[in-house]
Amino acid sequence: MMESASVTAEVIVAQAVSIFDVGDGFVLPVLIKLVFVLALFFVLPLVGGYLEHKAMGRMQARRGPVEAGPFGSLQLVADGIKFIQKEDLIPRAADKWVFAIAPGVALVPAMLIFLVLPFGPGVFALDLELGLFYALAASSVSVLGVLMGGWASANKFSLIAGLRAGAQLIAYELPLILAAIAVAVQAGTLSLVGIVEAQANFLIPGTEINLWFVFPQILGFGIFFVAALAELSRPPFDMPIGDSELVFGYMTEYTGIKYAMYMLTEYAGMISMSALTVVLYLGGWQLLPGVPLPGCEAGGGLFDCSPVGVISGVLITIGKIMALVFVMVWFRVAFPRLREDQLQRISWLVLIPLSLLNLAVITVAKVVF
Amino acid sequence: MSRDTRVDAPDDPDEIFVDGADWEQVIDAVTDETLTVNMGPQHPSTHGVLRLVLELDGEVVRRLNSVIGYLHTGIEKSTEYRTWVQGTTFVTRMDYLSPFFNETAYSLGVERLLGIEAPERAQAVRVILMELNRIASHFVWLATGGMELGSTTVMTYGFRDREHILDLFESQSGVRMNHAYIRPGGLAADVTDDFEERVRALIKLLPERFAHYEELLLRNPIWNDRLRGVGVLNQERAMALGVTGPLARAAGLPWDLRRAQPYCGYEQYDFDVVTEDASDSFARFLVRLEEMRQSLRIVEQALDTLPGGPVMVDDKRIAWPSQQELGPDGIGNSPEYIRHIMGESMESLINHFKIVTQGYPVPAGQVYSAVESPRGELGYAMTSIGTNKPYRVHVRDPSFVNLQAADEMSRGHQVADVIAIVASIDPVMGGVDR
Repeated sequence: MMESASVTAEVIVAQAVSIFDVGDGFVLPVLIKLVFVLALFFVLPLVGGYLEHKAMGRMQARRGPVEAGPFGSLQLVADGIKFIQKEDLIPRAADKWVFAIAPGVALVPAMLIFLVLPFGPGVFALDLELGLFYALAASSVSVLGVLMGGWASANKFSLIAGLRAGAQLIAYELPLILAAIAVAVQAGTLSLVGIVEAQANFLIPGTEINLWFVFPQILGFGIFFVAALAELSRPPFDMPIGDSELVFGYMTEYTGIKYAMYMLTEYAGMISMSALTVVLYLGGWQLLPGVPLPGCEAGGGLFDCSPVGVISGVLITIGKIMALVFVMVWFRVAFPRLREDQLQRISWLVLIPLSLLNLAVITVAKVVF
Repeated sequence: MSRDTRVDAPDDPDEIFVDGADWEQVIDAVTDETLTVNMGPQHPSTHGVLRLVLELDGEVVRRLNSVIGYLHTGIEKSTEYRTWVQGTTFVTRMDYLSPFFNETAYSLGVERLLGIEAPERAQAVRVILMELNRIASHFVWLATGGMELGSTTVMTYGFRDREHILDLFESQSGVRMNHAYIRPGGLAADVTDDFEERVRALIKLLPERFAHYEELLLRNPIWNDRLRGVGVLNQERAMALGVTGPLARAAGLPWDLRRAQPYCGYEQYDFDVVTEDASDSFARFLVRLEEMRQSLRIVEQALDTLPGGPVMVDDKRIAWPSQQELGPDGIGNSPEYIRHIMGESMESLINHFKIVTQGYPVPAGQVYSAVESPRGELGYAMTSIGTNKPYRVHVRDPSFVNLQAADEMSRGHQVADVIAIVASIDPVMGGVDR
């Protein structure tokens, strides 16, 4: 028992060497990885945000940002600069410390997820053995910042929003995790890199056809994506913000840079949840099922890559992430907001039973084949 | 019939009646187990400056008090200090989303007091403009209602499509809103030469847009979930509360003044009075959507049979003298007319001077004239004591009357439903606070 476990661990760790592990020292790789994670954290959400502005504008018969930068591409940067200049207001009745810390509590976990997300062959900061567990755990800490902000604002609208966010998290964490467990069962690992590799090597039983997990687990994919939308409070699940009911929810009293931190949390969450979906269901940095990347040899054409392979892998991953972000935007454009009880009903009466069913089917299939 | 999704049916445990202005008392009277939330007057979804004091038990609404008066303009009172003609420029600003209805109802009342009737061409143009105005108003209802339910797409679409209609209004009256184009006795000026062409373009364009909304919303699961069974107001209660317009028709009451008491020649046009039976917010959505189609039907018929002739009564004591021709600025003076009064006829100049500065006296009497506005029965109760100014103008505004049903419709629903319910009433605060 012990032996097999350690063997598995060894196999995973042995495959997962980051391209940032240069030299023999400790400091240099860590610095490079930090820069890598921070760069991803600050650039990708801006790209996603720009995509949202433009795609939404296009679908809504308007143009979106056009002034700042070429085709308005620097609008979010301009917004950020504006937020920094704004006065930092703290309501007199607010719980000052909690009010001040809350946006940071929301932001930091959103940043930490980027540590384990694989963006290409070897392009990741860490390949934790428990990567999936870590990512899901970190993602659920963010809501603490929302609850703190809602409570500390001394505003009834904020308070209701904070409680809504808490209830929403509890409701949607379960289907999210159950769907992810099914993937882990099928892949036989919790390592995110390992899951990508398992998809590259997954064959339909009895044939030679390679498939991503989205095909056997189309149900789980749907559940995971919907639950992720709800976790992020994205429309149509944006009841904690619900601008027509709760003014601006838990962000009502926030101004300037603190408000910007909440916004960045949301956009970073869109990216990290999309990236997780890509890793779990859409084959990570594979272009098509069964097609090796150029210049890659090991692990079904996913590892030991030439620079061309690395770059194309990263581009493919980001492309897939942006496609999912686009779908999130599409949801926002097409649907009005759900009501709180409808949201809870969808989770407890639809998503959770379905995700249990999905898990049972996958587990049985795993044992049988 | 639709199911009622309320947690429990409306009740009157300890009804608070508010007759003064002491809202502190209302808030104090609320028991401790409930949370009192003040929505508005500055709130993203209260249609301007409506203030709602909600008594919440968790997220469930126990009582809703609507507090009005934040947009009080004193328009009713102001009309008493202006001539009868100037009244149109005031009343058009009350319910700012249906200016032509205000102008028409007011003008019809004044005409009845004067014992005159506007020429046929003016009546037909009034009908065309009113029906297009109804569509524009429903577009705004759809846009703001959609936005309040979190659908920003519906908002941009609604305002985009309304703009086409406002372009037409601008080309005819010179302004997008608050036109003062319909006057006692007829119209301020005749329509432009390209009027028919412009309206035909709208008749062609708008049905495509209606289809867009149906495609986007009719089978949209969330739109359905949010509106079905929400804010039920049955026919009996609607009648008891004096509710009119799409709210009453969505409860199955086929009451439409265009059919019940035709004015402006509505009896010549063929159209359906749209009704639904579900009595909920979704039924109101369906009614308004179909009403827009029916309005377009009326516009088409009125345009096909548009009579020629003058657009103002042929009575120099009443007809506003200067708008004989449309100038480049929209409303202007005819050079020929200027020459006439300045160079040829002293009597004409005196008449011009008297009418412009003093207006005309209206025989003493009382009148109530009502039209079917986009929100329901818009009535003008006017009293004249034979002078050149109204003694009193009182407006029965449908937004004001319909708003009193908000409490009954909201009880037992959640906060989020209150938004949907107020949106389905479609109150315009400019009309509520006059």
